[in-house]
Amino acid sequence: MIRRCLLWRFIPQGILLSVFALVLVGCSDNRTPVEIASAQGILLLGNGSEPHGLDPHLTTGVPEHNILHSIFEGLIAYHPTDESAPEPGVAEKWECNSDATVWTFHLRHDARWSNGDPVTASDFSYSFRRILSPALGAQYADQLIVLKGAEDYLKGNTSDFSTVGVEVLDEHTLRLHLVGPTPHLPGMLKHNAWYPVNPGVIESFGSIDSRESDWTRPENLVGNGAFRISKWVTNSYLEVVKSDSYWDADRVSIKGIRFFPIEKASTEEAAFRAGQIHYCSNIPIDRIAYYRSRHPQVIRFDDYLGTYFYRFNTTRPPLDNPLVRRALTLAIDTGLIVREVTKGGEQPARGFVYDGVSGYRTPGNLQFDPVEAKRLLADAGFPGGAGFPKMEILINTQEAHKMIAEAIQQMWRDHLGIDIGVVNQEWKVYLDNQDNLRYDISRSGWIGDYVDPITFLMIWTSDSGNNQTGWSNRRYDALYKQVLLTGDPHHRNALMREMESIFLEELPAAPIYWYTRKYLIHPDVKNWHPKLLDYHPFKFIQLEPTGFRL
Amino acid sequence: MLRFLISRLLQTILVLYLIATVVFVMMKAVPGGPFSQERNVSEHILRKLEEQYGLNDPLHVQYAKYMWNITPKRFSPGALLRFDLKEGLGIDFGYSFRYEGRTVNQLIAEALPVSAELGFYALIIAAFLGISTGSLAALKQNTAWDHIPMGVVMVGICLPTFVMGPILILIFGFWVPESIRLPVLFWEPSYDASWMESLRYRILPAMTLGLYYAAGIARLTRGSMLEVLGQDYIRTARAKGVSPFNVVVKHGLRTGMIPVISYLGPVAAHLITGSFVIEYIFMLPGLGRHLINAALNRDYTLIMGTVLVYAAILILFNFIVDTLLVWLNPRLRLGSNP
Repeated sequence: MIRRCLLWRFIPQGILLSVFALVLVGCSDNRTPVEIASAQGILLLGNGSEPHGLDPHLTTGVPEHNILHSIFEGLIAYHPTDESAPEPGVAEKWECNSDATVWTFHLRHDARWSNGDPVTASDFSYSFRRILSPALGAQYADQLIVLKGAEDYLKGNTSDFSTVGVEVLDEHTLRLHLVGPTPHLPGMLKHNAWYPVNPGVIESFGSIDSRESDWTRPENLVGNGAFRISKWVTNSYLEVVKSDSYWDADRVSIKGIRFFPIEKASTEEAAFRAGQIHYCSNIPIDRIAYYRSRHPQVIRFDDYLGTYFYRFNTTRPPLDNPLVRRALTLAIDTGLIVREVTKGGEQPARGFVYDGVSGYRTPGNLQFDPVEAKRLLADAGFPGGAGFPKMEILINTQEAHKMIAEAIQQMWRDHLGIDIGVVNQEWKVYLDNQDNLRYDISRSGWIGDYVDPITFLMIWTSDSGNNQTGWSNRRYDALYKQVLLTGDPHHRNALMREMESIFLEELPAAPIYWYTRKYLIHPDVKNWHPKLLDYHPFKFIQLEPTGFRL
Repeated sequence: MLRFLISRLLQTILVLYLIATVVFVMMKAVPGGPFSQERNVSEHILRKLEEQYGLNDPLHVQYAKYMWNITPKRFSPGALLRFDLKEGLGIDFGYSFRYEGRTVNQLIAEALPVSAELGFYALIIAAFLGISTGSLAALKQNTAWDHIPMGVVMVGICLPTFVMGPILILIFGFWVPESIRLPVLFWEPSYDASWMESLRYRILPAMTLGLYYAAGIARLTRGSMLEVLGQDYIRTARAKGVSPFNVVVKHGLRTGMIPVISYLGPVAAHLITGSFVIEYIFMLPGLGRHLINAALNRDYTLIMGTVLVYAAILILFNFIVDTLLVWLNPRLRLGSNP
């Protein structure tokens, strides 16, 4: 009796709950978020991690830059299809002297901040002063030391900004005086370190060099890009909408963009499959085959200006011996790695510098050669791998890195007879150990900041903080200084080829492959072209609902 | 009772300071700092940054500053309800190292309501399913009503949330007919939508989280109900002619709930402070996600903030449970002589 009574008590609640659930499930709009957004002209993008911030002078990452280049515009902007071509931004035209050391930019008169103020040459001057202010501690301030006197100002040796090579000729003409010939300056100017900020807004929320300021909150932020920020929910999404004050607003086709911070590739892929985002920036390796065979129209592999490589700690024997480093490098079957492990259409790296960057051809011809590798190792005193000390490959914890490391481990065992371990560490611990040379061999990658070979070659100079191998070569350093002083493109390329030849002779690191960007994109998105740096100017993007569903 | 309350409060404060100290020491002991990144920063910039954030001070100075900043200096319950720790208690965790221009207090105030709301739904699901299944199983012991639900519950206990989540996503996000599919990610739609639509976004995460705890609650309820229903006082109640409903609900459930409630305390704290697994799987903007990211980014201030809030809530809920237990079980009542 009691039991039956209690049973009756719960049945109505169960029915109620089921009805409620059914109502919730059943009464929805059957369109996916992507279909709704396409119809509204809103682009939904998977965008890596939650942005650190939106201050163009303080942020350093790719997710931040994706947002920043939609809400700010530098002197030069991104071209829709060609990464090396400069697209006029705030500057409508520019010229330089014969050796590319003095550049004059003519700012367009109709460039406006989102609060209606005109964008002027003094705004740029103020912005360059801000990022170079020592107290701001801007991590990318080094980008501006091509400006005359900038390094001294940044290091606090002088507090007089008039000593820095930034000259405001009038409100619409800006002249930059550089330390040396820099023919690739327009490419550099696309970086957010060179973006202007609105002086009035900065000053009303703090001083020129305060890091802790509220000016980047959505309600305060004033930008000069094609879009303006409208909503930012931490760890959820950030929304920008078309800015009416933008000088080229007529050309902007989409109404807005929502950036979703999704760290995990598998989660992002699920969001794409479920119709929640138009663009999935990362695909788990094990899903590539599925998309290739079932939905080839949404998967893309674009060339990407980056090199995947293994650093050798040249301060630890026997890695201090170039023969050993060459033997290890030649024993890696890079072709097999890109075919069977990474599977994303990557190119095996023949040299360190991404081949074909601004007319530069790598002098490298690294190829898998197990016989030569074996011979070199024997010459170094380890015939057949005998007596080779126990070593480890250091990787940061990630499935793809682990798969590559295990493949290389196997290749070294098979072709050289040596036994190398693999140790994975959490990201920051890995960075710390790599930086302090507490490793034997370490997996690494380098993505170019701008389209010029020097962005790759500069990391191997002796005093570069990114060298992290203990390797140093005087001739290499001397050549680097010479490159900085050379304006003639042919001569410059020749010098850089010599630099890379030295690197390939000594191999402080083993180049493995040149990157590709693997991503998924919904067919509704038009005008999304392959770009070497993977920055897509959103003002050219269009959305046309196609009704496509996975 | 007053002595009990005061001693618990003192214990709580001591525990929180201890936790803060341990967190501080561990943060400093772990390799890698908030500014280490793949692309190295020049030495002089790094020095400036450390100066700005007070990282170049001697450790004991840094420690003293931290401790002072997290010490409550005022009390305003109204502000606390808005999750404003600075106004409410005078606690200032400072600016986040990673998220420029955002204070840790702000980040917590934004994230905690999300975690709490998710936890609330999950708690309702867990308690409702758990207690009803458990009681049913106890009342219908050794029948199909007992075996089948308890079998399902066993599976629920064995499946951790990081397995259950993707399974539910697969079923409700991809396998079921399109008209009844549920959103598989995010906390709310990014476009303007009705509250009903927003609620649909919360179903899968709340179910995943709730089902896991429902399993535990069901087992506990069943066990304790079985024990209680066999007790003499139940028989006495029945003999006295108390209605069957009152016997089960008033006499049976009340006592039978004691172990369940002591289990629910820490569970509620876990649920409300956010499950980082669930928040990661479903990309929810809650506290758990901050906790993980802060540790990975060495965001010192955010680590301290999230850990302390988590600890404080855990202690608070345990305290509430202890008080409830005293109320439910007369034998535990302090100061009353048996």
